[in-house]
Amino acid sequence: MQTVFKRTPTLKDCPTHYCPGCGHGIAHRLVCEVIDELGIHGRTIGIAPVGCAVLAYDYFDVDMVEVAHGRAPAVATGMKRTNPDKIVFSYQGDGDLAAIGTAEIIHAAHRAEQLTVVFINNAVFGMTGGQMAPTTMLGQITATTPQGRQADGQGYPLNVSELLAVLPGAIYVERCGLCSPAHIRKAKAALKHAFELQINNAKGLSLVELLSPCPTYWRMTPPDAMLHIQNEMTKVFPLGRLKG
Amino acid sequence: MCGNEAMAESAIQAGLDAYFGYPITPQNEVTAYMSQRMPEEKRVFVQSESELAAINMVFGAAATGKRTMTSSSSPGISLMQEGISYLAAAELPCVIVNVMRGGPGLGNIAPSQGDYFQSVKGGGHGDYHCIVFGPSGVQEFADIMPLAFDLADKYRIPAIILADGILGQMMEPVVIPTNSKLNTQKLKLPKKDWALTGADGRKQNIVRSLWLAEGAIEQHNYDLQAKYRQIEKNETRCEQSDVDDADIIIVAYGICARIARRAAQQAREQGIKVGSIRPITLWPFPSEPISKAADKSPIFLVVEMSCGQMVEDVRLAVAGKTPVVFWGRPGGGIPTVEKILEKIEQLTIKPKK
Repeated sequence: MQTVFKRTPTLKDCPTHYCPGCGHGIAHRLVCEVIDELGIHGRTIGIAPVGCAVLAYDYFDVDMVEVAHGRAPAVATGMKRTNPDKIVFSYQGDGDLAAIGTAEIIHAAHRAEQLTVVFINNAVFGMTGGQMAPTTMLGQITATTPQGRQADGQGYPLNVSELLAVLPGAIYVERCGLCSPAHIRKAKAALKHAFELQINNAKGLSLVELLSPCPTYWRMTPPDAMLHIQNEMTKVFPLGRLKG
Repeated sequence: MCGNEAMAESAIQAGLDAYFGYPITPQNEVTAYMSQRMPEEKRVFVQSESELAAINMVFGAAATGKRTMTSSSSPGISLMQEGISYLAAAELPCVIVNVMRGGPGLGNIAPSQGDYFQSVKGGGHGDYHCIVFGPSGVQEFADIMPLAFDLADKYRIPAIILADGILGQMMEPVVIPTNSKLNTQKLKLPKKDWALTGADGRKQNIVRSLWLAEGAIEQHNYDLQAKYRQIEKNETRCEQSDVDDADIIIVAYGICARIARRAAQQAREQGIKVGSIRPITLWPFPSEPISKAADKSPIFLVVEMSCGQMVEDVRLAVAGKTPVVFWGRPGGGIPTVEKILEKIEQLTIKPKK
């Protein structure tokens, strides 16, 4: 019998701790496939965030570090500057990158650090119990917006990728959705491009934002969460290449 | 050379791979010096967007096994405490220089020793220590750098140099410790097989501080404490003079120790038997020599540029055996020889019967 699909070696063979229908599993697989297809397993260093993906090193079989909340782009800067031959990527959620770590991501891009950033946007703080994130949609009910997020007092969803795209040091910014097989294939191509830029020594930061389902804190079934991305989230966070 | 520059050059000679820093007075000479010298040596210099970022850049470079450092002054060091706690937890070696200024808050830019507690007791969250040095002159500021890097590497621990605005700004003749001397020391250091260098032909390395399994972080704490006991045993350093016959022993560190030493000499000339103990490592603290000296029941006079912080460690070491008196000035006030001498004379007045 012909094997048509198998687990890529960089993705460890272990049970997942993520909730059913969570997008992290898909994103992890895509990143690992890209690492293996590009043949960079032996020279890649990954950075795990604080958030649901804090244990990312339990799944990615590359050298990894776990860092303080939001500081991944600064840690990545220290790593890449001292190890220009290594491929350094950070994997960060929206609480990590768009709230507490806003300064670090903007300045890493502003300095044109040669890094690859995987930005998971699920519009909510997952690990701490589903609180509002800067990316939370208007009207979205969370643990800290029990009436739904109101612009008056709680602000608007923050489009970090659009902010980054205007910086000369950000050379590639693309937003994809983990919400259908076609979208997921596109996401993989974007991730591959983001890593290729670093491999080719392109001078600047590449970031791929992935709209990712969180059925648990969206209070939806996994299929509904996928549809929610396609039908609602993309209105606020339009898909496509923002830069590069 | 001023202290800040001497220390910076010494760090370069000690094999510094990467410097990360953010401007703050009175340590700006370090950042300026590094911005010139590090590129000359084809090494890394980055001016960060904040002290938060600087200490995390240090974290990143240290995690890959590189020699790395940052420098700042009191308010900036406060911002770094999160990162220092993570460095201590993940057991990453690095050097952090604090050229202390007056506090609390934005305080002023005058010399101070107000960050003693923050440095020797942990500073960030959790049970941890950093090795802390308190140099008392420009030459010692420079000499301590290779030692700080070596001990940081040996024990996988952050090392802090607790200097002050005077030491940073003061100019003195100095001989920078050279490369050749260092290389022999470096050879004895353990291999950094834990470093993140890419899992090429070996198992994955992970640098982390989160341990969720039941009892795991408790055990990690016990392991850290065992390491701290080793450091206390092997690395405590202090300088003692005229202690044996002393009726009064001055305990002071850093620039205060130099002022106090002069006061002690002048007191001897007046016939008052004054000795001095100068901690060179503030953590581990030289409790044993102080406890030993206390057996002969001298009065201890602790002099600091603060409202009294190290005095608590002296009291713990003396353990009530004999009186411990404090005199100091906070917020940029510098103790004078005359004032210390006056204090010594007061301590020699016998109570009326």
